Amino acid sequence: MTRSRAAHALLVVALAAAPFIVPQFWITLGNYIGLYSIVTLGLVLLTGVAGQTSFGQAAFVGLGAYTTAYLTTRFGASPWLALAVGMAITLAVALMLGFITLRMKGHYLPLATIAWGMSLYFLFGNLDFLGGHTGMTGIPALNLFGFELRDERRYFYLIWAIALAALWATDNLLDSRPGRAIRALRGSLAMAEAFGVNGARLKIIVFIYAALLACVSGWLYAHLQRFVNPTPFYINQGIEYLFMAVVGGAGNVWGAVIGATVITLLKEMLQDLLPSVLGRSGNFEIVVFGILMIALLQFAREGIGPWLARILPARRPQPVPEAPPLATRERVEMNGPLLDVKRARKQFDGLVAVSDLSFEIRPREILGLIGPNGAGKSTTFALISGALSLSSGEVMFRGEPIGNLEPYEIARRGVGRTFQHVKLIAQMSVLDNVALGAYLRGEAGVIRAALRLDRAEEARTRAAAAHAIACTGLAAHMFDAAGSLPLGKQRIAEIARALAADPVLLLLDEPAAGLRYREKQELAQLLRSLKQQGMTILLVEHDMDFVMGITDRLVVMDFGEKLAEGDPAEIQRNPVVLEAYLGGV
Amino acid sequence: MDLSIAALLTQDGITNGAIYALLALALVLVFAVTRIIWVPSGEFVAYGTLTLAGMQLGKPPGTVSLLVGMAIVAGLLEVYVCIRRGEIARAPRRLLLWTGVPCVIAALVWWSAPLNLPFPVQVALTLAAVAALGPLLYRIAYQPIAEASVLVLLIVSVAVHFTLTGLGLWFFGAEGSRTPAFASASFQLGNVNVNVQSLLVVGTSAALIGVLYVFFGRTLYGKALRATAVNRVGARLVGISPSFAGTLTFAVAALMCAFCGVLIGPITTIYYDSGFLVSLKGFVGAIIGGLVSYPLAAAGALLVGLLESFSSFWASAFKEVIVFTLIIPVLLWRSLTTHHHEEDE
Amino acid sequence: MGILLRARRLSVSYGRVEAVHGISLDVSDGSIVTVIGPNGAGKTTLLSATIGLLPSRGDIDYEGASLTTLTVEERVAAGLVLVPEKRELFAGMTVAENLELGAFARRRSRDAMSALNDVYRRFPRLAERKTQLAATLSGGERQMLALGRALMARPKLLMLDEPSLGLAPLIVREIFSIIAGLKMAGVGILLVEQNARAALQVADYGYVLETGEVALEGPASDLATNPRVIDTYLGGSVPASA
Repeated sequence: MTRSRAAHALLVVALAAAPFIVPQFWITLGNYIGLYSIVTLGLVLLTGVAGQTSFGQAAFVGLGAYTTAYLTTRFGASPWLALAVGMAITLAVALMLGFITLRMKGHYLPLATIAWGMSLYFLFGNLDFLGGHTGMTGIPALNLFGFELRDERRYFYLIWAIALAALWATDNLLDSRPGRAIRALRGSLAMAEAFGVNGARLKIIVFIYAALLACVSGWLYAHLQRFVNPTPFYINQGIEYLFMAVVGGAGNVWGAVIGATVITLLKEMLQDLLPSVLGRSGNFEIVVFGILMIALLQFAREGIGPWLARILPARRPQPVPEAPPLATRERVEMNGPLLDVKRARKQFDGLVAVSDLSFEIRPREILGLIGPNGAGKSTTFALISGALSLSSGEVMFRGEPIGNLEPYEIARRGVGRTFQHVKLIAQMSVLDNVALGAYLRGEAGVIRAALRLDRAEEARTRAAAAHAIACTGLAAHMFDAAGSLPLGKQRIAEIARALAADPVLLLLDEPAAGLRYREKQELAQLLRSLKQQGMTILLVEHDMDFVMGITDRLVVMDFGEKLAEGDPAEIQRNPVVLEAYLGGV
Repeated sequence: MDLSIAALLTQDGITNGAIYALLALALVLVFAVTRIIWVPSGEFVAYGTLTLAGMQLGKPPGTVSLLVGMAIVAGLLEVYVCIRRGEIARAPRRLLLWTGVPCVIAALVWWSAPLNLPFPVQVALTLAAVAALGPLLYRIAYQPIAEASVLVLLIVSVAVHFTLTGLGLWFFGAEGSRTPAFASASFQLGNVNVNVQSLLVVGTSAALIGVLYVFFGRTLYGKALRATAVNRVGARLVGISPSFAGTLTFAVAALMCAFCGVLIGPITTIYYDSGFLVSLKGFVGAIIGGLVSYPLAAAGALLVGLLESFSSFWASAFKEVIVFTLIIPVLLWRSLTTHHHEEDE
Repeated sequence: MGILLRARRLSVSYGRVEAVHGISLDVSDGSIVTVIGPNGAGKTTLLSATIGLLPSRGDIDYEGASLTTLTVEERVAAGLVLVPEKRELFAGMTVAENLELGAFARRRSRDAMSALNDVYRRFPRLAERKTQLAATLSGGERQMLALGRALMARPKLLMLDEPSLGLAPLIVREIFSIIAGLKMAGVGILLVEQNARAALQVADYGYVLETGEVALEGPASDLATNPRVIDTYLGGSVPASA
């Protein structure tokens, strides 16, 4: 048993024993901390990991609470049916809010959730059939296996059983195929999308996940209090949930429990302490609370979670066992060019960046695309990889037009790529980063991942990633955080990630930029061995020294046009190229 | 509903809408220059009304203590920074600017409150006092994390909103205030009864917008703020520091909010915590403009005013619900019409 | 000729990666010093640290006083001005407004008008396009506007990052002759360029930067004929240069 397992077991025992030992007051607090933890957990995922914010979680809690209150008191419905109905309504609302805000650039989700939180509060307060501002009473107690959970001490078990289940599921989710993609949403979206992640869809799913957790918490709350009114679902509470998530930090799922505990205890303390210090009873706790929050964000933006993660024993990396290989792409021998760029043109309002450029890449060759800075190399690269769409012309890959496909559709067809500015997820291990490259080769979704039903596929994915890492000579760094590697190794890890997608054509964007001499030699060595294994490579480079040694052919660009084409020796003797490179004044 | 009621509602709607428009413009300005989604703007509106109400009752408003308190904190921060950078010689000047000037304004307000000075003077002092809070707030809460992500700035904004509401209760008390109307006269225009008060509100808002237009279009400082909004790095490279731009922006925005407070005082009773709802309506307007377009934000705010006024006639209990739900179709429209390309932050 | 800028053991980290390792470099007034080297060698990082956009370690003096505690804005006000690789113009504002803002750091002095006339004299094209939005200018005009905006601050040390980037040869020639003219007017210039031959032709002294370190330095005329420089820019094969 590992130490972290032991810690978990200890926690479960402590929670199980608590109702027998601890005074009533602490049980009540414990219940609330449990309820808040469930909501905050959703926000840790949504805000801390995926980088999206909602101020409206309290409203989702209210939706869960009011649905069960209404259905059980007015129609005598079963609370379990009411839970299902509440979750269905929550799903619909979250789907709608997510659909209209998360597809857009900008910060519309937080603003829309503020408005939604306000609306729902006023709606609860003004609808007579929901009891208006006085609320609804007489909500039945829950029945579980013939036990009536009327007593708070018994209810404690239900709350914490659900909270722990949610923690377990969320932890599973983060360590899976969709989990890697979720971790890429914040800051590495363009990269993730190039490997087949549908960012907008995934963000909506995460938002729904968080909303459903809030709804469950609300349902639990209603049957604990057996009374609801609009106040606890106001926007203020929504903001407090967000504070809990920020205080807890995004280090791991336990940040949710920590944040909920710290904020709940702090409020409790302030409410006791401040009136006795300041004499008057006012809203001092909100002032102190606000100031503490501002100070926290100014001095310790990461919250408590990451700090805790550092002092707690890290999860020991598990060796990657052999697993049956993932399905690989069929490799057909082609006679014609593998990639054919035909009169490709890209125009940015009036400015022509690439002007009717044509060239082809033949199977199993390394083609260098070179030219001085600003010549249009990067734009050409973006046109082939799908990051930009063509103004006119066409790009054919294995005889099929790919010119105006989305990046992930091009990736799916067997084109792997690296990024000029390394785009690895710094705090994630090299193995996880590379496994993200194999995203399109798996299919496990959020539910399968959360319930741990994805292990067979996950093992194969990890084995494939480990294989790609071994191929590129990074095996020693497999479990290191990607951000801790030197630049040269990070660039190699980018190549490993591209290989994990099982590509036929590899696009490399200035892989040698910023590398030291030895690192360049290692890179050259790697590219040669990849070529020997049958890979076709397009190399966009500025560094002539590097390209000359390893390419079969070169295409030279200047001012968006093809200046010359030929083998390295020819190009080196070409006076036009010399002029462009050394600059003629 | 007959025509005269419709005309009355329209008049109310435009009057409120003009006030929301000022707020919406302030919010767009703050976001454009500093990337801060300025949730606590509403507190500045409430402070504006409550300060003027205090002056009219002849007692020093809570703003005085607030101003002095924040000036002392800001002064201490400045001195601390001077010491850390090893430039103690600069400290007295910084202290004079950050603590001295606000304290002088506070003293003026405190001294003049019981004198029952003419109304325009009271308004001027109110505006000065509340506007001075803006830069102080920026200095204390935002400047240390000016480079943080929009998300962190937003959460700080929310915390500031909490704090300022709590301080509002402390310094202004729980009872609400309403300031007397600037003018009670009205006249007939066709069948429609027009309030001079409404005209004054709309006229003043329009005039203020005009002044801002000139400020941003003609003056060096106005252009410097625009430059910061379009290109932060470029602005730094010509010597416009982010903290200078932030401070100036917050002064202008706080002044606009204080103006809203003065204008809204005769229309609604304002409590220490009323500002939030008012500012959210400004936000709905600003969001209609995508937080970037000034004319669209102002138009959106007018729409909010009209919608609010008509829904209070038809379904008064649900007027807030209706106003805040408006944001959903607006966002839907934006979502479907704007070409979405994801940003990498 | 006094030393205007003196950097000693300057190291700059960009994110977690150290991009410049212990560089020493001097610029005297009225001289052009060029820093050449391949992409990713740390040239732009060096300029960003000098203007204060990135924190650095080591000593960096300007006019004999340490720069380390000064903010970007204070450095600009002291006459240290950068024309960045991306130009960083105010796209939605007119040419005239861009130039006017260029003098922002000197708003308390009264010679803004003469500085403006000076810029319009050097760049007649900008005078013609005074009321046009910066976003609508062509590449060459943008570079002129960026240079003009920098001149509005009356720099003593002008740092230029890739001024020839993406420009047609004719315009490159024009830009370089303007740079030579500025030197005659007594401005110290630190020129970062990929266009090695043009840079070495106009410069007095040069540094070759490779992977964050000074690989070579010397009078520009010597560097221009140095076989190693030629090799780096024309390329041998990888093993050959070992």
